[in-house]
Amino acid sequence: MPHHKLSPHQYTILGLVALCAPLGDTCLSRGMTKLPAISLAHPVTLIAAVFTPWIALGIALLIGFFASYLTALSWADLTFVLPTTAFGNVIVALIARFWLHEAISWQRWLGVVLITVGVGFVAHGPSLTERPADTKSAPENANLQAPRAGETIDSQRASQRVKEQVL
Amino acid sequence: MNIPVSAAPVGFWAATAMIACIVLCSTVGEVLTAGAMKSIGDLDDIRAHSGMKGAIRAVVTCPLFFAGVGFLALAFFALLFALNHLNLSLVAPASASLTLVTNAIAAKIFLKENVDRRRWTAAVLVCIGVYFLAH
Repeated sequence: MPHHKLSPHQYTILGLVALCAPLGDTCLSRGMTKLPAISLAHPVTLIAAVFTPWIALGIALLIGFFASYLTALSWADLTFVLPTTAFGNVIVALIARFWLHEAISWQRWLGVVLITVGVGFVAHGPSLTERPADTKSAPENANLQAPRAGETIDSQRASQRVKEQVL
Repeated sequence: MNIPVSAAPVGFWAATAMIACIVLCSTVGEVLTAGAMKSIGDLDDIRAHSGMKGAIRAVVTCPLFFAGVGFLALAFFALLFALNHLNLSLVAPASASLTLVTNAIAAKIFLKENVDRRRWTAAVLVCIGVYFLAH
């Protein structure tokens, strides 16, 4: 299976990562802002905070995020998984604005938009850096040489096209 | 310059230090975790052959995974501390986005990933996005 083509199941996993992380962060924020200010002199109060309802719910959501995240990392590059799931920033901004009633300036909205555009760039590229062992399971790539570490099948195809044009 | 906060005002450098702690611990943790998952292989395939127990066993028997989780736990408590002093709409996007850039560098160096022009462009856009988020 070519690794740069994701299945619907894999897109669902990425969606869960994007959704669980901001929801979990929001629950943590809600829980932590209700607590009195915690200083570095009393770090044990951070442990006690874990057992409050909002923090506990946030942790449960973040466990869901982590399980999906680990699954995604097993079939995609870290530099692919992180940006594609950064769409969660948009969800955080929406939740912060409409649920937590935080003021979001137009500069912050612009920042969210730029991040989303950056994510779009990465999402259109290959999801996994091909290793020599990966090419054995891809018959359509049989005419290609084993890629060096850090080289994708796409970049090999591009260089092969250039060679054909030169010849 | 004071950063918008939920409780008492926090100085610019204090806010920067809080976010830097999260970014540093996250980057180390995520690179170690990604390295562990790559060494384990496709979890969906493992689950198809050995079931959910086999997939969990494959993950929990990898020492590199626990090293990564240790650093991610540190990042989590750094995040809790920061959320106690700063707004979610600043901490969450800023730490997540900066982590993306540091991860791109670390993944290229340590995981030998192909961080091509497309991924660098994304990193630059995210950096500019973070600049606007911090204002």
